[in-house]
Amino acid sequence: MPSVEALFSVGLAVYLAGAVAGLAAWRRPAAARVAGFALALAGTLLQGAASAMALVQGAGATWTLPLGTALFPWTVRLDPLSAYFNLALAFLACAVSVYSFGYVRHMEGKKNVGTLVFFYNLLLLSLSLVFTAANAFSFLVAWEVMALVAYCLVSFEHEKAEARRAGVVFLVMSHAGTGLLLVAFLVLATTARSLDFARFHLLGSQLPLLDQGAVFLLFFLGFGVKAGIVPLHIWLPDAHPVAPSNVSALMSGIVIKTGIYGMARVFFDFFGPPPLWAGTVVLSIGVASALLGVLYALMEHDLKRLLAYHSIENIGIILMGFGAALVFRALGHGNLAAVALVAGLYHTFNHATFKGLLFLGAGSVLHGTGTRNMEHMGGLIRRMPATALFFLVGSVAISGLPPLNGFVSEWLTYQALLAGFGSTESLTRMMFPISGALLALTAALAAACFVKAFGIPFLALPRSEAAAAAKESPVSMQIGMGILAAGCVALGVGATWFVRLFDPITSQALGLRVSSSLVAANGLAMAAGTGRGGTVSTAGIAVLGLALGGIAAILVMLRSRGARRVSGPTWDCGLPGLTADNQYTATAFSKPLRMIFSALYRPRREIQAEYEVSPYYPTAIRFESDIEPTFEKRFYDPLQRSILELARRMRGIQAGSIHAYLAYIFVTLILLLLFGVRG
Amino acid sequence: MMQLLLLLAISPLISGLIKTLKARMQTRRGPGVLQFYRDLYKLFRKGMVIPDTASWIFTAAPYIVFVTTLMAGLMLPMTSTKAPLDLFGGVLAIVYLLGLGRFFLALAGMDTGSSFGGLGSSREMTISALAEPAMMLAVFTVAIAANSTNLSEVARSAVGQNWRFFAPAQMLACAALYLVLIAETGRIPVDNPATHLELTMVHEAMILEYSGPHLALIEWAASMKQLVLMTLLVNVFWPFGLASGPSVPGALGGLGWLLLKLGLLSCSIVLVETTNAKLRLFRVPEMLAVAFTLGTLALVSTFLF
Repeated sequence: MPSVEALFSVGLAVYLAGAVAGLAAWRRPAAARVAGFALALAGTLLQGAASAMALVQGAGATWTLPLGTALFPWTVRLDPLSAYFNLALAFLACAVSVYSFGYVRHMEGKKNVGTLVFFYNLLLLSLSLVFTAANAFSFLVAWEVMALVAYCLVSFEHEKAEARRAGVVFLVMSHAGTGLLLVAFLVLATTARSLDFARFHLLGSQLPLLDQGAVFLLFFLGFGVKAGIVPLHIWLPDAHPVAPSNVSALMSGIVIKTGIYGMARVFFDFFGPPPLWAGTVVLSIGVASALLGVLYALMEHDLKRLLAYHSIENIGIILMGFGAALVFRALGHGNLAAVALVAGLYHTFNHATFKGLLFLGAGSVLHGTGTRNMEHMGGLIRRMPATALFFLVGSVAISGLPPLNGFVSEWLTYQALLAGFGSTESLTRMMFPISGALLALTAALAAACFVKAFGIPFLALPRSEAAAAAKESPVSMQIGMGILAAGCVALGVGATWFVRLFDPITSQALGLRVSSSLVAANGLAMAAGTGRGGTVSTAGIAVLGLALGGIAAILVMLRSRGARRVSGPTWDCGLPGLTADNQYTATAFSKPLRMIFSALYRPRREIQAEYEVSPYYPTAIRFESDIEPTFEKRFYDPLQRSILELARRMRGIQAGSIHAYLAYIFVTLILLLLFGVRG
Repeated sequence: MMQLLLLLAISPLISGLIKTLKARMQTRRGPGVLQFYRDLYKLFRKGMVIPDTASWIFTAAPYIVFVTTLMAGLMLPMTSTKAPLDLFGGVLAIVYLLGLGRFFLALAGMDTGSSFGGLGSSREMTISALAEPAMMLAVFTVAIAANSTNLSEVARSAVGQNWRFFAPAQMLACAALYLVLIAETGRIPVDNPATHLELTMVHEAMILEYSGPHLALIEWAASMKQLVLMTLLVNVFWPFGLASGPSVPGALGGLGWLLLKLGLLSCSIVLVETTNAKLRLFRVPEMLAVAFTLGTLALVSTFLF
């Protein structure tokens, strides 16, 4: 049996080999594609095996990779938390790599496939290093490599202006976030006199109260940029859709989870019980992200942008779990904190699975129709049956409907929030049920959104020639989606088995094992972890549902034997023939919600009708409608303007005179000397 | 098994009762309490016309709606405090199972390619999304009091302390759930179950293309959903008569009480239906906001009083 260290290190080396293979074979795209993605696939399998072993063993393996310098060694640690995130990465990347064999083929001859393969493998490598870095130096290096590689992938289709713009916004936001992280790490490092993560354990809580709050917020915002929390999310809906779809799946599925990983590491490893307000802030931001994410998603007609907004929503749901866990920890309820943490972490894995699946499905649709605009799709369920089925599985899962995986983690979140009401006597307790109610609203709106996101592209009549001529994707893409769809089902139905995997993590973070209290009736049902909190059995629901459905179908068939079953045209109100133009559009579908939440959206609508004789008989109508991008307009535009204004004023001190510059250097030197003497 | 038959058997009765009572209130004779059974019997023998634009979603949806509603009903204590499928889930599972059925029904509405289907789906999903938080708050109020989201536990704890209906929290939560019930079952201020081809319709627009056994399944499921939500309301807030163990006299007594309570609730629904006009679609959110506020007040009052 090979050791965890060996498997992991070989996996990294295989990623590196994949990257090199991509560059080496860039003149022969087919070879680069096959070799690159085969190596990526092999790497994910090795990494997955290593992470699963590390997670099951529960003890953290720590060793040094020959990458760093003597002063800054590159230490790698696969403790349960790292192993868990790395496992999610390996699982998603495995499916995406299989998918990429078929998906990237259409780029051959048009794009430089070799560089795509290079950056793809490098992204997997850097992600794996981010999750496992054991000191601040290697973490930040891996973090930066990841950001730069992600930038290259976002701007991969750089001939399009939107891809270039999205890339720049992503890069700026990402670096602002890294700046915050750098400061926070420096504060911790000066206190610990070390860069080692092991020395940071519980260190945050030993800082003076003011520093503690500052460091907490710096970490939260710094990681929040990457995770895409509201209001730091503006880069996300631009950056994720413009990347090639296999990369979008990785970006939304796992790259934003690096922010979640960082938060988990800081909140539950570097900090002990935090002050109460910290948890409250995280919970509130979680609720705001969830609700605003889904509300903006509802207004999108670009399939991939819609999915990107849903990532913001799901990050919000994860943070609701984390926030509740922090509050419980502050109040001294260790068990509840563990349940809430499990809810957040479970949702992290689930989101990686179904969002990866949905982005791969969207990529398959894009591959088949050549468009991302839902208003030009329709009827794809007949032409792309496999893609439709997988996309449907993802839609049901992300809407949090039983018996799939989204339901399980949302159910756990509800239970944690409900238990929170009894955890304190103060008014803080109202926060929990209100958050729960808003989570219900979020989930119901997500269901509405996915009725649209599945119904408009896949059902009824095709709305364009491209949709009518769509072809099903190649087998490798179907297998890639199939793996993730199977994951959605397994993580949902087998929930009672999977919660056991969280024991090492909670025991590392909080010193508690809660999985036995989360399982009832010999593993048949999930329990709420608080004695009498309630039970649910996704496996039971699935089996019973299939059985009852089968019985009902047989009875109906027996009863209506001999009855006519004919196919006929849809009722068209007596008009001659129903066409695709009669169908409800995505805009029309979300119209009631646009009206109801108009205070948020501030929709704008413009109708111009041309007519010759009477205004009642228009010859042509032009309709335009959009919503106001509130955050960009009210926050980022003024910010950008003031930064530019500041820069303009600072131009004065850069006069180009060498004497002035010498004076600046001199003054700076003196100041530094003064600081040096004082210190 | 008993409860399975009970759900299937008495849901058409309640629907028929409401229809007849409503007719009497409007000084009409009405079709008779048993009409719904005759309708189902007739529909199951009819042939089906399936729109040629429709896919397998259209055929699968009636079964999914029917089965999810049935399972939701089995998680509910009807005649005794022990729900048959208590282990499989509580009130959260009920809400989400009904949500699963609605999800597929809305997809089926869009599958036909007619604008009515899309219209119905869009409105149904909107209204239900807005009703959800109010429902959750009402449910949380009772779940917090009982320390459990499983309804058997809720009912047991309510029976133990006898009737606490006059506690402000219970009354407010009950009012919130009542408004949600009206919205979710498509009753008059929100939707009109009696019209077919009007631009006001929601649920009926969505299922316009269904015929024969499929339509029967959907109608039956809708009537069961109404029964499930009504039973939820009456058994959580007025838990008298619930048998505490599995005994024949207890079950019969529980059944008697259940029918009585459902009858009373039906009367109040009929009153609301006959005395109110249908709201404009964009006024419905205001009504649901009232429900949400009531739910919040219910929670606040659990620790104020």
